[in-house]
Amino acid sequence: MTQRQIVQVFEQYQKSRLQFVQAVADLSARPQNIELLNNAGVVSMLRPLLLDVVPSIQQSAALALGRLADHSDDLATAVVEADILPQLVHSLVSQNRFSKKSAAFVLRAVAKHSPELSQAVVDSGGVDALVLCLEEFDPGVKEAAAWALGYIARHNALLSQTVVDAGAVPLLVSCLLEPVMAIKRIAASTLSDICKHTPELAETVAENGAIAHLALMILNPDAKLKRQVLSALSQISKHSVSLAEMVIEAEVFPAAMACLKDPDDYVKKNVTTLMREVVKHTPELSQVIVNCGAMGAVVDSLSNCSGNLQLPGIMMLGYVAAHSESLAMAVILSKGLSQLALCLSEEHEPHIKAATAWSIGQIGHHTPEHAKAVATANLLTKLLELYMDANSSEDLQAKSKKALKSILQKCTYLPGLEPLLYDVPSNILKHVVYQFSKVLPHDAKARRLFVTSGGLKKLQEIDAEPGSPLQENINAINSCFPEEIVRYYSPGYSEVLLERLEKYQPA
Amino acid sequence: MAELLELQSQVEELKKEYFYRKRQAEENRQREHQAATRIQRWFRARRAQAYPSQLHEKAIIIQKIWRGFRARARFRQMVKAAYFIMKMNFYEEMAVRIQRRWRGFYARKNVHNFYARKSYLEGLSRKNELVRMELDELEELQKRERDCLEMVREQTAKVYQTQRLHHLISTKQCPGVFNSPFRPAPHEMELQLRQVKYLAPTRLFQRGGASPLGMVGPTAPSFPETLQSPWIETTGIYCSSRPILPPIAMKKQQVPFRQPGEVWEQRVHCPDLMLHLQTCYTHLEEAQNRLQQRESRNRKYAPPQQKLLSSVRLKELQVVDYILTPRGVSPRVPPSRIPAAAADWTRLRTIAISGE
Repeated sequence: MTQRQIVQVFEQYQKSRLQFVQAVADLSARPQNIELLNNAGVVSMLRPLLLDVVPSIQQSAALALGRLADHSDDLATAVVEADILPQLVHSLVSQNRFSKKSAAFVLRAVAKHSPELSQAVVDSGGVDALVLCLEEFDPGVKEAAAWALGYIARHNALLSQTVVDAGAVPLLVSCLLEPVMAIKRIAASTLSDICKHTPELAETVAENGAIAHLALMILNPDAKLKRQVLSALSQISKHSVSLAEMVIEAEVFPAAMACLKDPDDYVKKNVTTLMREVVKHTPELSQVIVNCGAMGAVVDSLSNCSGNLQLPGIMMLGYVAAHSESLAMAVILSKGLSQLALCLSEEHEPHIKAATAWSIGQIGHHTPEHAKAVATANLLTKLLELYMDANSSEDLQAKSKKALKSILQKCTYLPGLEPLLYDVPSNILKHVVYQFSKVLPHDAKARRLFVTSGGLKKLQEIDAEPGSPLQENINAINSCFPEEIVRYYSPGYSEVLLERLEKYQPA
Repeated sequence: MAELLELQSQVEELKKEYFYRKRQAEENRQREHQAATRIQRWFRARRAQAYPSQLHEKAIIIQKIWRGFRARARFRQMVKAAYFIMKMNFYEEMAVRIQRRWRGFYARKNVHNFYARKSYLEGLSRKNELVRMELDELEELQKRERDCLEMVREQTAKVYQTQRLHHLISTKQCPGVFNSPFRPAPHEMELQLRQVKYLAPTRLFQRGGASPLGMVGPTAPSFPETLQSPWIETTGIYCSSRPILPPIAMKKQQVPFRQPGEVWEQRVHCPDLMLHLQTCYTHLEEAQNRLQQRESRNRKYAPPQQKLLSSVRLKELQVVDYILTPRGVSPRVPPSRIPAAAADWTRLRTIAISGE
């Protein structure tokens, strides 16, 4: 009789503990409850429950803690300060797979917030335990561990280096080969987080053969996996030429272009980013990409998306065009300029406009032919508008001015230059006039056109300081025309004529 | 005497003369002595100087010749150098001309080849078009695949739904919910219900405790560039893997009777014609007759040298002939064809002999 009573008491205690923990776990799933729970001192109450004899209570406590830490920075700090991490690390090493999963979840939730909290996780020996978990058989544990490692590595190079030193990279690469889709995704994302900091880290990842495995997954039908894979590849290739070459050698390229037509926007964005990162290193790499026929596809995809998704594509066009004049010509031929013009007129974000202006400058600054292409697309006036617009940001103004200047110095297409004679600040005007002074002495037809279109008249109205280069160029242009014509078009000539009329005495 | 006197006067005169002369001589002696000294000095000097001056002259001659030689050599060298320089300038100019041409040609051919560039750019735009088309096709394909998957999923969901509603099907006696007697045609659900089979209710899979599921909730953090957390499929994969047991096999009845289907099959079974049923009764005799006919024909039309062959060879050839002639045709060969056939036959035979 007494024995049954005693057993009953214990059972009741256990039941209520479980009930409590599960209730807290459920409550902490809602963000609005966090504040109240925190005020109730939930962290210190959950801490002993982490050491409970019943595994399900342990797991639920860890889950509740993880959710709490996930929600706010302060609670994560509280979890660290309550000295819970060593217990979690201990359970990561010794307990069953469910506990491991929950512990990894808490570590992830803590590490997510800031480099300091991640450092706290590292200091408690969490990284080594998580790397051990990566060797676990259970896919759920692997996934949770890889995820936590990814959050730790995300913050800075030092933390990434810690993760790499713990030997996570080969295990993550082998995680890429798992049949479970979620692990593949998380592993790719973690690799991407590790690679993004320094060339050395990226090289470590590449040496472990990640590129080949990642390249195989490009054509996977799963969009989220593709996102992570492409992002990892772009993070690897952004650091150096040799890494970018390794990515190219893995035969990523014609295959990755298929992703440009993916229904998922972020896949598109990441594949364009990958192209941008590869292209920016050398002309040869850009040539490889251009020869795949990627330009047309990128331009097409630019026309299909908007906003920030366009940014990598725009920058990629600029990087390709910056390398050499034939590549710039290739961009023009792929209808890149008209697409950039569209972007320039349709976008509202200043940084996208600035990137577009920069790309246009890179395309147009090679030869007069390129400059002519830019001028015929009516982009010079647009750039000028952006430069003159008081609302545009400083960066945008600087970029559009630089682009305008570099294009104007090559432009010999006079019909395109003419609109720039009107209402232009003198620092732009001097380049325009200089171009006129170079072309007009050798081209009779252009001289005629220049007079009839009123350019000469406008030129006479410019008041430049005597002796300045602008005045010299004006004089050079004037010397190409007969004196009477110049005088005819100079301002105030009618008064002079009237004066002569008055002085004239008929014989 | 006069002479003497004259002489005496002359003596006087002579004396005077003598003294005068003496005096004169005395007077001039100093000067003359000096003059003599001077002369002697000059002479001696001349005599003493003659050797060095001669040496000097010779030295001058030697120097003159040597310097002239040297100067001429130098001049020659200068001329040579000038000529060389002139030549070099000329050569260099020519080399520049050649290099200019060559470099221009080379650059135009290989580096800035206009036509190559043009064709490259054309090829590029073609390639772009091609890639665009391919990508469009690919997109179309992928879209179709996705649509197909979607359709299959919808269909399965619908079938599942219908199976769950199977109890609402109308019976012969009582119309179901979807088969209202007041409507001209039954509801489409009713038609679907008739198509699917009744699904025996299975026990629903009990999902495990809160722990593995718990992380999925709204707490799942999102990646910087992902719209949703990549966790979504995880639970779907390992929690819903409900073990599907194979159906329990029906035991075969232990009775002396055959299965009704088997009996029916045996009844309607039509036996295939076997080989011995396909040939006719008189087949053997016909074949013998045919063989005899051919043998007699061969003997009639055989060329005379056939007799020279041994009987063994003849038999072999007959076998060859038998093989070559189609069975059914040989008895009905028109008489006009026979010589031709015989000619063929002889040709074949000669080949056989020569190949021996």
